[in-house]
Parts: sequence; C-alpha cells; structure tokens
Amino acid sequence: MKKFLLGTVLFFAVLFAVQQASAAAFINGAGATFPYPIYSKWAYSYNKATGVKINYQSIGSGGGVRQAVEGTVDFGASDAPMAPEELEKAGLLQFPMVMGGVVPVVNIRGIKPGELKLTPELLADIYLGKIKRWSDERITALNPDLALPDKKITIVRRSDGSGTTWIFTNYLDKVSKEWTESVGFGKAVSWPTGVGGKGNEGVATYVKRIRNSIGYVEYAYALQNKLVHAKLKNRAGQFVEPTMESFRSAASGVNWEGTPGFAVVLTDTAGKGAWPIAGATFILVHKEAKDCGNIDAVLKFFDWAYKNGAEMAQSLDYVPMPKQVYTLMEKTWAETITCDGKPVWAK
Amino acid sequence: MNTESREAATSSGDRIFKGVSYFFAISVMCLMGLVVLVLFKESLPSIQKFGLGFITSTSWDPVALEFGALPAIYGTVVTSIIAIVIALPISIGIAIFLTEMAPTSLKGPIGVAIELLASIPSIIYGMWGLFILSPLLGDYVEPFIIDHFGFIPLFDGAPLGIGMLPAGFILAIMIIPFISSVSRDVFLMVPSILKESGYGVGATKWEVIRRVVLPFARSGIVGAVILGLGRALGETMAVTFMIGNSPDISLSLLDPATSISATLANEFTEADHPLYLSSIVELGLMLFIITFVVLAIAKLMTRRYEKR
Amino acid sequence: MNLHYLRRKLVNYVALGISLLSAVFGIVFLCWILKDVLVLGLPALNTSFFTELPAPPGMEGGGVANAIVGTIMITVIATVVGVPAGILAGTYLSEFGRKSRVASAVRFLSDILVSAPSIVVGIFVYALLVGPMGGFSLLAGSLALAIIMLPVVIRTSEEMLKLVPDSTREAALALGAPQWRVTVQVVYRGALRGMVTGVMLAVARVSGETAPLLFTSFNNTFWNFSLTEPTASLTVTIFNYAMAPYEEWHSIAWGAALLITAMLLVVTLLARFFARGRSTG
Repeated sequence: MKKFLLGTVLFFAVLFAVQQASAAAFINGAGATFPYPIYSKWAYSYNKATGVKINYQSIGSGGGVRQAVEGTVDFGASDAPMAPEELEKAGLLQFPMVMGGVVPVVNIRGIKPGELKLTPELLADIYLGKIKRWSDERITALNPDLALPDKKITIVRRSDGSGTTWIFTNYLDKVSKEWTESVGFGKAVSWPTGVGGKGNEGVATYVKRIRNSIGYVEYAYALQNKLVHAKLKNRAGQFVEPTMESFRSAASGVNWEGTPGFAVVLTDTAGKGAWPIAGATFILVHKEAKDCGNIDAVLKFFDWAYKNGAEMAQSLDYVPMPKQVYTLMEKTWAETITCDGKPVWAK
Repeated sequence: MNTESREAATSSGDRIFKGVSYFFAISVMCLMGLVVLVLFKESLPSIQKFGLGFITSTSWDPVALEFGALPAIYGTVVTSIIAIVIALPISIGIAIFLTEMAPTSLKGPIGVAIELLASIPSIIYGMWGLFILSPLLGDYVEPFIIDHFGFIPLFDGAPLGIGMLPAGFILAIMIIPFISSVSRDVFLMVPSILKESGYGVGATKWEVIRRVVLPFARSGIVGAVILGLGRALGETMAVTFMIGNSPDISLSLLDPATSISATLANEFTEADHPLYLSSIVELGLMLFIITFVVLAIAKLMTRRYEKR
Repeated sequence: MNLHYLRRKLVNYVALGISLLSAVFGIVFLCWILKDVLVLGLPALNTSFFTELPAPPGMEGGGVANAIVGTIMITVIATVVGVPAGILAGTYLSEFGRKSRVASAVRFLSDILVSAPSIVVGIFVYALLVGPMGGFSLLAGSLALAIIMLPVVIRTSEEMLKLVPDSTREAALALGAPQWRVTVQVVYRGALRGMVTGVMLAVARVSGETAPLLFTSFNNTFWNFSLTEPTASLTVTIFNYAMAPYEEWHSIAWGAALLITAMLLVVTLLARFFARGRSTG
C-alpha cells in the first residue's frame, strides 16, 4: 500500500515536471479529409524545418466547422465554404488553402481509369437510385465499347459530415432538378440509397472492397489508391478527365476578392476543359483569438504553406493558390485577426 | 500515548477510513446519475423539438434538420437479434461440451481459450471483419444465400459483405464467450443428485441434459442471453466497421444499415448544428437507458444462481 | 425395444456431436483471428514501427511510437485514478456496508455499468470536460477509461476481500487494532493476490477500448506528454489506419492490432495464472 502511494506521488511528480517542460507544444487542427494528405505532408515538412508541431486530424468537414466554433482546436478545416452570415455569427474567418477535384470512382471488373463516360444526368440518376444496374441502356448507349456487367450498382457515399459531399451534392443539385427537389445539398444529406464510409478514406476503402460499386472521392485519394475514375461531361459539353489542368481551368476567372467570406464554389463552371466537380478547401480560425501564441503559429504555418508548399501540393495533385490570392489573404489576416485587441499578423 | 487518546485516534481513524470508502461507494451512484443528467441536458433541444416522435421517425436528414431514431434503433435491434440467434445455440453447445462431455484435461484449456475470445478488443474484431470476413461473406456466402433463399425478402439484396447480417455475425462471435461462460457456470450449479437419478433410470446423456440440466438452468440461460444482448446492443467499433453506416430501414438482412452506437462513433464529432448534435446525444441517452434496462433484467434473472 | 434404444442412442450422439462442433466453432474462430492478426501484423513490427512517429500518407516508413507510449500513459493515469477509488468503494461494500441498502444498490449498479456501452462514457466526458476545457486531452481520455474501470475494480475487489475469512479480522481486532489498520494491514494483505488479478483484468479491459477515446484523447501525429493536449493511442490509430485506403497504413494497423492483442492475452493469461495460485495455495 505504501509503495503504491509512493509510486502514485512519484508518478504525478514526473508528470508535473513533464508538463512544465512541454507547455504549448502543439497547434491542433481538425476537419476536412479532402486535404488531409497535403496538410499532413506540410505539417511533416514544417516540423522538420521549424520544430513546430501541427497536429492535423482528418475527422470530416462537419467536424472541422463544429470543433472550430466550439474552440476545441486551434484551427478547423472544411471543404464546404461557410456562408458569410454563419461566419459572422461564429466570429470566424475563412481562407482557402488549395483547390482540387472530386471524382466519381467505380469498381467494375475489366474497366480501366477514364474508360467509363458519364453525363451529369446519369450520375444524378445513379445516386438517386433510378438507374439500378450497370447494364442500364442509358449507360451502355454512352459506352458502347465497354463490357458492362448486368449487376446491381452499389452506391458508396459518406457517412459523416463532409465537404467532399458538399461539393459533390452541390454539383448534383446544379445539374438535376429532381436532385434539388428530393435531396438538396449539404455536408451531410439524406441519401436516397447506398453504403456510408467514414471520410474520403472510408469511401475509397469501400469502393475498393465492393465489386460493381461507385463512389466519389477527392482526386488524390483516387490516384493514390489506384481507383478507377470516370470521365464526366462538363458544362461546355466536353467529356473531361480529372487532371491538374482541368481543375485549374475550373478555377480560372474566380473573383476571390469580390466573394464575401471567400466562399467560392467551383462546381459546374463554364470554363473550357473545366472539370465540373471542383472545389477549394478552407481553413477556419477565430477572428478574436483566445491564445495569442497559437494563432500566431497557425498563421505562420499557413503563410509558410502558401509560399513553400506549392510544389508539395502539386505532387499530391492539388492545385495551389495563385500568388494574388495569398497576398489577399495575408492582407485580410492583418486586418481582421486580433488577440487581446491587438492585430496578430503584422507582416 | 495514554489509552484515552489512543482510542480517540482509533475511532477518528476508523471514521475517516469508513467515510472515504463510503464516499467512493456512493460516487458510483453519483456518476451514474451525472451521466444521465449530462446526456439529458445535452439532448434537451432535440427532446423539445421532436418529442416522442423522435423514436418513431424514420428520417435522419442533416440538411433539413429532421432527426428520427428509428433507423438506428432498427439496425441496433436487428443486428443484436441476429447475434443472439447465432450465438445462443453455439454457446449452449459449448457449455454442454465443457460441463458434460469434455475430458477433464481439455476442460481447462478450452474454457480459457473461449474466454480469451472475450478479451480481444472489439476494434480488432471490426478490422478482422472488414478485411478478412467481409470479402469471404461478399464473394461466397452471400451470393449463395441470395441464389438459394433470395425469394425470401430477408435475403434479397446485393452481396456486399457488409450490412446487418455481417455485423450480426461478428457480434455473435463477440458475445459467444459471455453467453457460454455464464451458461457453463449455471450448468455447474445443477445438483449432481438430479443428474445421477436421471442416469439411474437409464437415460442417455442427451436425455439427462434435455430433461434435467436445461430445465433447471432455463432462467439462468435466459439471463445469459439477455446479458449477451446487453453487450451486443452497445457494441460500437466492430459494428461501425461492418454495418455499412446507412440510416435506412431495409427488410433485407444483407443491406447496409446503421446502429445507435455506429451513428455516435461516426457523427458525434461531425455534427455542426446544435440540433443535430443534440439528436445524436439523445440517441446516446436512449442507448444508455435501453442497455441499462436490459442488463438490469439479466442481473435479476441470474441472481438466484449466484454463489452464496 | 432395441430399435427404440438405438434411436435414443443416435439422438444422443447427434446432440453431443453438435455440442462438440459448437466448441470447435468457437476455437476455430479464436485461432483464425489470432492467426490473421499474427500473420498480417508480424511483418509490420520492425524498428521504425516502435521508434518513429507516423509518416504522412504516401511516405515510406513511419511508426506508431507515440501511440504506444500514449496508450501506456492513458491506461496508467486511468489506473491511478480508477483503482484506488474502486478498491475503496469495494472495501466499503465488503467491510462496512455489507448488507446495507446503499451497498446493494452500488453492487447492482456496478454490475450493470460493467457492461454499459463505453461510447456513451466518451460522450459524457466530452460534454463534461472536452468542451469546457477547450480541447481534446490526454486527461479526458484517461478519465473516460477510469470511469469504465471503476465498476470492474469495485466488484472484483469486493469479491476478493470477502474471501478473507472473518476469523482473521476478528483475531486482529481482538488484539486491539483499529478497524482501518486491520483492513489495510490484514485484510488487504490477505486479498492481495486476488486484487492484483482483478486490477490486471480491469487494465486489460480498458487498454483495448477505442470508442471512449475517439472524442476524448482524440489523436496526435506527434509525441505528447502534456495532460491537456490530444494524445495518440494504439486503438484510435488502428481505427484511423484501418479505415484509410493506404496499404502501408493497413499493415501498420495490423501491427498495432498484433501488439495490443498480444499484450492483452498475456495480461489475461497472467491474471488467470495468478488467480489459480490463490485458489490452490
């Protein structure tokens, strides 16, 4: 008993000593799974370069917004832009970090990446549960050269609150009237049918696992998992492949400065060769920060990422922000983010 | 030290010790009360908004902020029933084997081995289920079921390898150790004089089991099953991996569904609207109350078999 | 007559055969799961697994060193909080309140809480601690596990204390020792083996928990020794890695699964061995 007590005291003493030594060691962020590969790579390199620890956990965009609002993390991340009113209400500032595309992926025996062609209407009808089999004549008419099996289509979608879902359903909402009427769009929707996977990871895992399935994931996930993506018909009427170029053309001509809250949406854009389901992913921070040291570290990290992270982003198939966007963002930081009444960003 | 002050020290020492131990004993009750209170407080917005309709509504729509618990309750109950249906006969068989058949040298090791199944964390069952069991079910077992029993609506669907049946199956493997070890203990309580009089009149081993052991142990077995049910209802990680996370009510056992615990694991940190969050907490509160009632019943039913 | 007898015999063999098959079924699944965990986990257990921090997806190498230490820290703190509280409450049930209403209520509640859904405890601690404290933390995770541990420790320590014969207590009391000294020096000593077993089983039980940690200790890519910061744990790492689509992460998840399963099986077997020592000698 005495030994136990002694052990306990000793344990707490050591713990206390360690507490003192390791105070304020982390910047915690959580949210979107869409940019997780690039954020974790940035965090890894940033840690190597500066010793600062950015702990980013991908829990979904819904979680990113909620944890940012509740203040349980130093920054939140979301692929779904928050509306200006919501931002105002929560006292948050949002700024874009990278852009990317959401791609439909399938698992059908014998079909290779980019072989299957889909139109917006077909995609919506599949997700509405109206087209039930791969051998449906509307699919085969569009893909006469492919041997599509007479099998039931298994739909895979997200089970959690997700910005990828927001971008994807926002697109379906734009292209299908029936989708607008019966489902709508959001980070989580009332899906007509399907299997739910947690995170982009979960959807990718299920599509890989379940034969004759279709899902939607962020492009980097599709590439890294060697998933089979489909070609999509864009607003200009072309069947396009998801590539850096097609994402970039989706983002061309965006007026960041003129969009309140930078809440830019890049789905179904008119650009030639544009991939129709593109989007930016955002960081959320409190305008009046609670912890001056942490918010300073957060902004320094993202400043570093804007300036040094473009190459890493491209290597993972994300489109980095152009220079004029991040100079605009840094101007905004200087103007709006304060801690103890003083501006945080002074560069 | 004189006698008086020593006695005083003694009694105050006793009083303190008793007081401290009493405090910690009471703390269990306080903790329990606090859990219910905190969950209730957090789910208040949802309770006020949806009332009793929460239990019967089938909609789980975060866009329209319409929440109902029925799909999650349905998935929870159906997977738990599947688990019991599979686990009960097997557990009884194991208990019979361990008490009536196995040679003494085997009783110990096999008993231990089965109990070791209970100490494997549920996340490992889930992971094993997703990577090993689910492909087997999806490629071989489910196509077979669909081909031969697909005319029954319960078995009509696509062979995904994840859904209510696979989740129920994993749950069954997880609760077999609980049901079989309680059943074994109950079987061991059967007075040997009863069994011997059975053998005395020339009954076979099975006849003694059926006519003497099982009737004697009946309420103990029922208690064991309810205990297993309590476990199955609240099991989280394995179900989250295997059930498919889809808030739909489907007749087919092969279809994906969701359970209360899987909804909590998937959506608790995600919910970005107060009402959404509060509905999820209300699900948690319901789960807590349901399992509490089920486990209380199990406890009352097995009480008479407890060693005095 | 003969035919009737044969039929009874046949039924007997069939029924017993089915029982045998059920036992085999249980054993087969145990062996199957253990085999897969071993075969798929073993290749992942290299030096970097034990010494390195998690690497970003797509990068070679990386380990779960911080999660191993995190699991140990969370479990140790939970034990330090949960075990003394549980033993003291068990002491009350066995030494002071044996037949009181309070004791039987506590006994009943503890028995139920042992099997209560652990994810609800996670939500409870989130609402109580994570929100108000302004972040996920090592402390919150430990507290959730301590709550789960408490009823297990209460019940086992009570059972073990009760096994100490009353005559021992009376003999010590007759010597004039106050009751608290009798309890601490005589009864605890007599029940030590059993209580250690109980604590080991309780530790084994909670160190494999995932659900209550998802919303409390959360996760961390780096080392953390601070009570107020998020902390990686093996089980949450398994959950994240198994759900992720990267092959190398799956392999690490299997490695972590092997590590934790091996640890739990060893503790459980040790505890059984310990308990057996008590009953025979």
